Amino acid sequence: MESMTGAKALMTAMEKEGVKQVFGLPGGANLPMYDEFARCDIRHILVRHEQSAAHMADGFGRVSRKPGVCFATSGPGATNILTGIATAQADSAPMIAVTGQVPVAMIGRDAFQESDIIGMANPVVKYAFQPRTAAEVPEAVKKGFFIAETGRPGPVLLDIPKDVQTNKAEMIFPDEFKIQGYHPWADPDIANVEKAIDMLLHSEKPIILAGGGTIISSAFAELQAIAEALMLPVVTTFKGKGSFPENHPLSLGPIGMHGHAEANKMMAEADCVLAIGTRFSDRSVGTFEAFEKRLKIIHMDVDPAEIGKNQTAQIAVVGDVRASLRIMVKLLLQRAIKKTDETPWIKHVKETKAYWKENLKLHPGEMGAAKILRKLRELLPKESVVTTEVGQHQMWASLFYDVIQPGTFFSSTGLGTMGWGFPAAIGAKVAKPDVPVVDIAGDGSFSMTENSLATAVLEDIPVIVFLLNNSTLGMVAQWQRTFYDRRMNGVDQGHCPDYVKLAESYGAQGIRAQSMDELDRAIKTALSSDVATVIDIPIDPEEDVLPFVAPGTSLSDMILPS
Amino acid sequence: MWAILSILVENKPGILFKVTHLFRSRNFNIDSISVGVTENPEYSKMTITTYGDEKQVEQIVKQLDKMIDTVKVEHLDEHKTVYRELSLFKIKLSNANDSMEINKLANAYGGKVHDVKKDSIMVELTATPDQIQAFEELAKPFGIIDVARTGVAALQRSGA
Ligand SMILES: Cc1ncc(C[n+]2csc(CCOP(=O)(O)OP(=O)(O)O)c2C)c(N)n1
Repeated sequence: MESMTGAKALMTAMEKEGVKQVFGLPGGANLPMYDEFARCDIRHILVRHEQSAAHMADGFGRVSRKPGVCFATSGPGATNILTGIATAQADSAPMIAVTGQVPVAMIGRDAFQESDIIGMANPVVKYAFQPRTAAEVPEAVKKGFFIAETGRPGPVLLDIPKDVQTNKAEMIFPDEFKIQGYHPWADPDIANVEKAIDMLLHSEKPIILAGGGTIISSAFAELQAIAEALMLPVVTTFKGKGSFPENHPLSLGPIGMHGHAEANKMMAEADCVLAIGTRFSDRSVGTFEAFEKRLKIIHMDVDPAEIGKNQTAQIAVVGDVRASLRIMVKLLLQRAIKKTDETPWIKHVKETKAYWKENLKLHPGEMGAAKILRKLRELLPKESVVTTEVGQHQMWASLFYDVIQPGTFFSSTGLGTMGWGFPAAIGAKVAKPDVPVVDIAGDGSFSMTENSLATAVLEDIPVIVFLLNNSTLGMVAQWQRTFYDRRMNGVDQGHCPDYVKLAESYGAQGIRAQSMDELDRAIKTALSSDVATVIDIPIDPEEDVLPFVAPGTSLSDMILPS
Repeated sequence: MWAILSILVENKPGILFKVTHLFRSRNFNIDSISVGVTENPEYSKMTITTYGDEKQVEQIVKQLDKMIDTVKVEHLDEHKTVYRELSLFKIKLSNANDSMEINKLANAYGGKVHDVKKDSIMVELTATPDQIQAFEELAKPFGIIDVARTGVAALQRSGA
């Protein structure tokens, strides 16, 4: 046992968890913690807005599968990171958010920079701690990391009053602890996996729907083995994009509001679905009623509360999806099940896919979204990590940027947070410094967190912003063109900065690409430079994302480009 | 369907808020709620009654179960459970007969009479929500001045 302050105990406990860096911004209420950075091996990465600190931690967490850590002071610092916390919660990303709080005796008195961040954050965290004495800090950290990264991962908030940071106590850093009401794992029911195999074998048009849980549990090899053994076409949710190589003959890509035509068509025709790690969000399946009417559903998920929440499953397997899929692979081997011949269903799937690859109408101009994103794909090494912002560019990425190495594509799919992609890319690059990291961005989204360029330059974290610049809030503009009779209110970005100069003013690199040749050069230059780069790509503000499944309709009611 | 949920939680501040917030954020309704510490001071027990179809109730139970502060969540079978609610009724006395009539009514429901005044009387009734409802209907004609109800407390019968 050693006597130390709560702040020191926090750093020591985090070091024990393997934390190498945190993202944050200081203030009065977390100064004692900041003071400790001078005395420990944890690197502090300074942001310009706490929301970005949370997104960076999120990006780090999704890539490394270890909680990313962000720091903010009390009051406004704490409220600023809320969006980032809610974003991580919506996408089950592991994260630790550490906020300062006014001293215990001041809580509840509307003190300067006091906010009830525990009360505000509770609905959007997996758990929140507010240690009231210094001695509670080590166990809170230990439990916090455990909760954040196990089972269905999520954000954990540690709100630490200032006097708890400065007070000294005899510290015990526990190796063992008990959290009575927390059961992160269940063992998958083997009998149900067996039944699932039989159901798939006895269906005429079976399909796999892989969701974000497949990526979270890195169940890539298992997924591929099963798809190939049973000859099952694979569609994904948007969050599950890239859980299966998108250049694989059985891959159809994401379904949903902005899914691939072939994926939505095949999903709408299937009679049995093996749904893996998905919550069947409305964005993915359209109307819930229409979706489950014609389908037998096998649902695998780590979170028992997902079973039956949005869709009724005939067979449910609760447990880590990788563990469940491993059991399935083993059973398939034992029963020597390996389909080799092409079923009429697979033939039909392949024909449909080929048809849409040929016949989907694309933008006629040189700098159409499909061409731009395919160029990026062509030039990026397959292990590169891609994040996106939110808007049309995100959905074009869904449609035209094929993920080849599973688990290298991340987006704010649950909350749909503009401004997420760039800071998340910085966090991702910290987690994987040796691969190129690219944020596919729109100008509206990039404007929200572009000041993270300062962090990228100052902290030497060279990411690439691939900016599809239509000078408008494109996705909203598309909805206004489609559903509001072209009444274009509040979407013209009018006074956009010159993004090349903007990048340069931060000490980053800015390149404008107005033709395919320029784009080719720009990407190559960005890939070979060691400074953050913004590639500004002016595009047609009127280009729509199509196909499109309008909200409240079913996957078979797709709007196609005419 | 009316459902009785018994929820064992850690006895820590803020948990009642989290549980009730869960109902709000998941679009479920609380019909009644009662909370009290258990024989072990580390835990509190909440009894929540709610309405929903089978799927909804199953989902509430799962969401409650998922909460880290909940130790045990049970959907109690109404027929294998003893459940009671305490209620207090302040009833108007308009004429000489009323007091006797209300006494009789209270007796019929196993209630107790308190605070008899010239123009009002208080009845304490511990019963199932249905019985309290029935009593209220019968007491209405006298004129109900005020009512307070505690929400249901419930325990499963042994061997059930
Ligand atoms: C924080 C936030 N505010 C508003 C929205 C609503 N919204 C969704 S897409 C979009 C437009 C995005 O514009 P931009 O980033 O330029 O991308 P584009 O659609 O033009 O590709 C908006 C405003 C959102 N998702 N997030």
